[in-house]
Amino acid sequence: MSDFRVKTMAEVAASGEEAEILFWVGCAGSFDERAQKITKAIAKILHHAGIKFAILGTEEACTGDPAKRAGNEFLFQMMAMQNITTLNMYGIKKIVTGCPHCFNTLKNEYPELGGNYEVLHHTTLINQLLQTGKLSITGGAFKGQRITYHDSCYLGRANDIYEAPREIIEKLDAALVEMKRSRANGLCCGAGGAQMFKDAENGKKEVNLERADDMLETQPKVVAAACPFCMTMLRDGVKHHNKEQEIEVKDIAELVANAMEL
Amino acid sequence: MIAQLLFLLLTAVAVYFFAKNLGKIRRNILLGKDIDLSDNKAMRWQTMLKVAFGQTKMAVRPVPFVLHLIVYAGFVLINIEVLEILIDGIFGTHRVLSFFGPVYNLAIGFFEVLAFGVLVACILFLARRYILKIARFQSPELSGQPNKDAATILLVEIILMAALLTMNAADQLLQSRGAEHYINAGAFPISSWLVAPLFVSFNNDTLILIERASWWFHIIGIFAFMNYLPFSKHFHIIMAFPNTYYSNLKAKGELNNMASVTQEVKLMLDPTASTPEGYAPPTSFGVKDVQDLTWKNLMDAYTCTECGRCTSSCPQNITGKLLSPRKIVMDVRDRLEEVGKNIDANKGSFVDDGKNLHSYISEEELWACNTCNACVEACPININPMEIIVEMRRYKVMEQSSAPASLNNMFNNLENNQAPWQFSPMDRANWTQEG
Repeated sequence: MSDFRVKTMAEVAASGEEAEILFWVGCAGSFDERAQKITKAIAKILHHAGIKFAILGTEEACTGDPAKRAGNEFLFQMMAMQNITTLNMYGIKKIVTGCPHCFNTLKNEYPELGGNYEVLHHTTLINQLLQTGKLSITGGAFKGQRITYHDSCYLGRANDIYEAPREIIEKLDAALVEMKRSRANGLCCGAGGAQMFKDAENGKKEVNLERADDMLETQPKVVAAACPFCMTMLRDGVKHHNKEQEIEVKDIAELVANAMEL
Repeated sequence: MIAQLLFLLLTAVAVYFFAKNLGKIRRNILLGKDIDLSDNKAMRWQTMLKVAFGQTKMAVRPVPFVLHLIVYAGFVLINIEVLEILIDGIFGTHRVLSFFGPVYNLAIGFFEVLAFGVLVACILFLARRYILKIARFQSPELSGQPNKDAATILLVEIILMAALLTMNAADQLLQSRGAEHYINAGAFPISSWLVAPLFVSFNNDTLILIERASWWFHIIGIFAFMNYLPFSKHFHIIMAFPNTYYSNLKAKGELNNMASVTQEVKLMLDPTASTPEGYAPPTSFGVKDVQDLTWKNLMDAYTCTECGRCTSSCPQNITGKLLSPRKIVMDVRDRLEEVGKNIDANKGSFVDDGKNLHSYISEEELWACNTCNACVEACPININPMEIIVEMRRYKVMEQSSAPASLNNMFNNLENNQAPWQFSPMDRANWTQEG
């Protein structure tokens, strides 16, 4: 980051300070080149809002979500318990995640294993910051633009979060256009359930291309996502149709950071 | 008198066999593993009232919602008339509840309208299935018996409603002619124009024969249909209620943490940890056969009415893959029925038949699932096909180590690099060094 340094929990603890919130970056957000941009946008927004946050850095490990969904409960619980040891060591109370899968796992599956935290997905936190005036969008970078929002399964159906991302888009003064399959009826991007890490079974189409048809139908300028895995799938869908010049796929956090010229 | 005795005997036989088969289904469901769903009773009643009684999840698709609502209302309300039929049958009375006067007439009239509605709705349902060929009724898992089952249900309902209207038509003509025993009761807004005109030239004896025959046909039909339920997808008319009562009340994204694994992992991470008293290491992980599923999963299977909303919203099925959530649920019921018959044939205990649930559900189906919860969301009576898939994956991975190679790679990466890809964990925060 050019104008500020992202601290780790270890650094914060060593300096005797406290962080009010842990930013759980996630594997995609840490390593995937495209997702790193989302991570940076989230960090900039948190910094701009004056929130004292820190990351785990090299102490962060996968939540275990893909192992669990793929049936490897052993591996999942091993990873979960190691993460919980780290989180509890730092006395973490509140977590914001950049990924709906991390969000779901930390929020719903960690408590029973001894990890009890207030867990928010970044769209919920950003929406809260906008509502309480800690953030405000003044620039009209997206004014009047057609933006369609792709519901991530792990935010939407899995955790009933449909409104926060949409409320943010409305604050961008953009024209939110819904796909024919949206909200509870939204179609998966094709990545979930560990599909991201394997080839698809035989069929007549890839799931992300089916979803790309839904997106193109709305004739959007921007496709808004809220998940780094959806991001990959949707971008591939747009590329497949050679539309990457006309249609941008952006995370909600990036849209906010862009609008605020962060 | 003979008619009354015959009727009583018929009722007794019908109720006996129905109860017997219900008992078998209950026994089969209880073959599943225990799961505690006794919490939050208020919320459970509310869910049942909303989802099963109020049919809120049906409204997503308006046309079948309205048609189904008519058949549902018809089923619930016309059965009030069946109560009268039972009393008349036992005591040899005719329209015994007619002392309610105008209320009775209104009710009978309303039932006629409903019966006509059910008749039309069932014809339209048949048309949707066999003429319009709506996509979700064409899936391979419906060929053969399930398709026959669907047609049987609709035809029986049409015939039953036709019998009711025929009976009323003959009855009202007999009433108007002052025939003995046929007291003036009821109102017949449908049969008076739809059926009665066909009968006006008949003499009283013929009419009595038609009326009696329809009456017997109607009640025998109901008894037969009742006994068909336990073998049919139509069993949902009963199971929808308990099944929605025992709905999952947690966030859909939450998968259960296997307690047996938790204990093992704790021991692995901390060898000095003590095991609880009486701790026995688990003998198997995940679901191999139906007995490894929870009783709620098994109840789901008996509740499914094979409507296919799950399959038609499954991203993998939509894109032409083999996976069909409806087939998963149907397979569980088929296998459970097979296990139940095995137990019946072997004096109460299951004898290995060399098969299990994986003989019904292939790896190709299991590994395709996105765990996106679309099927769970789509089910109008809160069946969860996804849980079955994940539990079967657990067996594949933890008992058979037979995950696809690419997933095994991902597992290795998680173990070695704490990420699903082959990146060095030391590079995890490198993004903070960039602009």
